[in-house]
Amino acid sequence: MIAIIDYGVGNLFSLQSSFNAIGAEAIVTKDKTVIENAEKLILPGVGAFEDAAKKLRESGLGEVLKNEVQKGKTVMGICLGMQLLFDKSYEFGVHEGLGLIPGNIVPFADKIDSSFQIPQIGWNNLKLYDGSTIFKNINDGDFVYFVHSYYAECDKKYVLATSDYGIEFTAAVGRDNVFGCQFHPEKSGEVGLNILRGFCQMK
Amino acid sequence: MLTKRIIPCLDVKDGRVVKGVNFQSLSDVSSPVELGKFYSQNGADELVFYDITASAEGRRLFTDILRECAANIFIPLTVGGGINTLDDFDRVLKCGADKVSVNSGAIKNPDLVEQAAKLYGSQCVVLSADIKRVNGEFRVFARGGRDDTGLEAISWIKRCCDNGAGEVVVNSIDTDGVKKGFDIEMLDAVIKAVNVPVVASGGAGSKADFVELFQKVPAISAGLAASVFHFGEIAINDLKKELKENNIQVRIN
Repeated sequence: MIAIIDYGVGNLFSLQSSFNAIGAEAIVTKDKTVIENAEKLILPGVGAFEDAAKKLRESGLGEVLKNEVQKGKTVMGICLGMQLLFDKSYEFGVHEGLGLIPGNIVPFADKIDSSFQIPQIGWNNLKLYDGSTIFKNINDGDFVYFVHSYYAECDKKYVLATSDYGIEFTAAVGRDNVFGCQFHPEKSGEVGLNILRGFCQMK
Repeated sequence: MLTKRIIPCLDVKDGRVVKGVNFQSLSDVSSPVELGKFYSQNGADELVFYDITASAEGRRLFTDILRECAANIFIPLTVGGGINTLDDFDRVLKCGADKVSVNSGAIKNPDLVEQAAKLYGSQCVVLSADIKRVNGEFRVFARGGRDDTGLEAISWIKRCCDNGAGEVVVNSIDTDGVKKGFDIEMLDAVIKAVNVPVVASGGAGSKADFVELFQKVPAISAGLAASVFHFGEIAINDLKKELKENNIQVRIN
């Protein structure tokens, strides 16, 4: 069973439905025991980093998640959920994340030409650097759906895939049993479902 | 590279898609779920569901339908129609909408965009504006294009973007239904004024109209249409092939 951690941000219905569509049992929960008993965890999230980080901290679910990661459980963060895995974010100030992957969340606005609209909204293609884990069922160049104004800056060794929007930016990361996608697999059609299948197939 | 999006818009009344639809492969052409699935499997990059119901019962049916769509269709879903309060945002987001489109609601309550952006993030707040030329200026119309609000459109759109709208849909009343192409002049004026993605709506009659749109206004993010898709006049996959042949980047699956 996969636990989708519900810490009070965003619409988790689509995410749960997409797991159901590939035949995986997924539960939306804020219950510590359910999270501890789950085989794998999803950290979702949309909206502002500061608010989400605060909710994760205040609910205690951030600590629960970190403990599970330490025990070796496979975790995937999606969109803002991926950003929260990092050390800190520079979205409206400086805010601390979970520190599970070394790196920072920075704005596109500082790095790209003003002809690029912000947020990036839409389908962009992936350049795969490691197609062995969550991406084993998709191909280099496949399209996925992005909605974001910030992206992760981190060591290349954690980058599983990039995409291009004025610059080559981090589209997906992995460090041991911790994974993250900046895009929304649950909104990326068949390609996205294949990424979720890859996640489910991992040990 | 970020691709141009093609978006079919489905008008839903009392839980059914209005405007006749004629696809042989569909058993129930006015089922939003079936039609939505069909589009998502045939090249649509996103779907817009527009609730044109007035009654409370119709509204309840709409959210039921939306939930069923979100459980079965795994591309982005935008919902519009009857969005006047934060409760309306909450209602459709809980049923699986990814983005919420506000039009008259933002005109009646100018704080709505800002409040919603703060609560749900800019990425989920879409400003939709129905615009018509009046005495040489672009004017915002409300209530489905019936009432002249007196608001100058470009400054209105700018204001809403400053307040947190993360995307703008520009629907030209002047070209809507004419099927002679998008309103290039109006779209160009909006594109120059804002730095969020802009979606063009109103006027699509042929594949060439989409080619012209993306060539003449290269910064436009997406083209939205209803009847040309619903009546089968344009198949989205064919349209995308033609766009690609014209060096316009699109997602082809």
